[in-house]
Amino acid sequence: MPWRDPLKTRVVMDEMAIERAIARIAHEILERNKGTDRLVLLGIPTRGYHLALRLQKKIEEIEKATVPAGAVDATLYRDDLGIKKTQPSLKKMEIPISIDGKVIVMVDDVLYTGRTIRAAMNALMDFGRPLAIKLAVLVDRGHRELPIKADYIGKNLPTSAKEGVKLHLKEVDGVNEVVVTEED
Amino acid sequence: MKLKRKDLLGIEELDRSEIEQILSTAESFKEVSAREIKKVPTLRGKTVINLFYEPSTRTRTSFEIAAKRMSADAVNISVSTSSVTKGETLKDTAKNLEAMRPDCIVVRHSSSGTPQMLSKYVACSVVNAGDGAHEHPSQALLDMLTVKEKKGRIEGLKISIIGDITHSRVARSNIYGFTKLGAEVTVCGPPTMIPPGIEKLGCSVTTDMNDAIRGADVVMMLRIQMERQKESLFPSVREYSRLYGLDDARLNGAKNDVIILHPGPINRGVEISSEVADGPYSLILDQVTNGVAVRMAIFYMLLGGTREESHK
Repeated sequence: MPWRDPLKTRVVMDEMAIERAIARIAHEILERNKGTDRLVLLGIPTRGYHLALRLQKKIEEIEKATVPAGAVDATLYRDDLGIKKTQPSLKKMEIPISIDGKVIVMVDDVLYTGRTIRAAMNALMDFGRPLAIKLAVLVDRGHRELPIKADYIGKNLPTSAKEGVKLHLKEVDGVNEVVVTEED
Repeated sequence: MKLKRKDLLGIEELDRSEIEQILSTAESFKEVSAREIKKVPTLRGKTVINLFYEPSTRTRTSFEIAAKRMSADAVNISVSTSSVTKGETLKDTAKNLEAMRPDCIVVRHSSSGTPQMLSKYVACSVVNAGDGAHEHPSQALLDMLTVKEKKGRIEGLKISIIGDITHSRVARSNIYGFTKLGAEVTVCGPPTMIPPGIEKLGCSVTTDMNDAIRGADVVMMLRIQMERQKESLFPSVREYSRLYGLDDARLNGAKNDVIILHPGPINRGVEISSEVADGPYSLILDQVTNGVAVRMAIFYMLLGGTREESHK
């Protein structure tokens, strides 16, 4: 369990809420895409990748078909590499099949400024020409800095820019929850 | 993750965690070279100058390709056609290059310590691409990456480095690197080619090649550097080859899963036979492939972002 200050942290989604959101997003993806044909799920590491794997499993339960899932790392395409004081470490890039003509559903945990998604789209374009790119996020917290919009949203969460929104997943953090922290 | 330093001058100054970071970053960069579009925009607008005072095919090309795959601009200066032939000093050359605002100078020179000296004169990053008989850090890093990839680990492995240890910067960088990562390093060569006191770097020494090969997980052959043989350190090339050359017969005494490395260029039939160099145990070309990934990682960690510790 990650450490946190109980006075400055509140849980906005618990395990069940996350589970329900994933189930609903899986249904929505299948409904709008009319099945699993041409679908590829690509998560943005670290937690978006694990969400993509969960979505893959959920779709398998509903549709009895396995959608290819992988990871698209946006690090090398970021626009803040020379600006931010920290340098992000490289994560994994795992494109399981050719993305030409496919419908890509990118999966991320929290949608905020939209800059990561921009970087991830540029990365994807270097791998081919998908038919379409869709975006699924567990939490949309607002404050976009680029004209980017999610197609599948687990929860809309109005926040202040001073707050931090974090998804914790069992696979990475040992617990399933979305927390909001007041940052000083 | 970012290196805490401005320059990469040698393996000696790196600590274990820095080496491990470079290797794991390089593993990620291998994927870029496997793509159809082998280019990422990470270092757009950065300029890298390759300043080579000694001949090189592999290292210079590898640094150039690495920079270009990261979208940096790479400029090559070959000394034979530069103002160096008009008598310009290294310091003046460096100062003038610096005035053109590069972000990184990659330097190779026949004198040990050149990159260290250069790094004091210029504000941009300096990467050592081989200085005299001192260090060749990017070569050692690509050797470590190749071994780690093939064996899954470096800790506890037995590494034998065979050849002209005295003149070899590759040997020195590898002794530092592999011992820091917990491998056992043995150096082997004719007594005239083993510098006294080399065991102080943490390796053991033998002059019997069979000793060096027996039980080794990795055998690294070094090139006989004819251009550095000012006095004769061995009676004849033929005799050297017979005593310290690696051929199939010699390899019989090795472990079944031994791997053979060589920094190139190879002298076929001198330190290594063609059958061995092109054989199933040889990873010589994997080393070259890994060289590009390692150099991309070096550029990323030196030039990507500002120089400060990461908190993530």
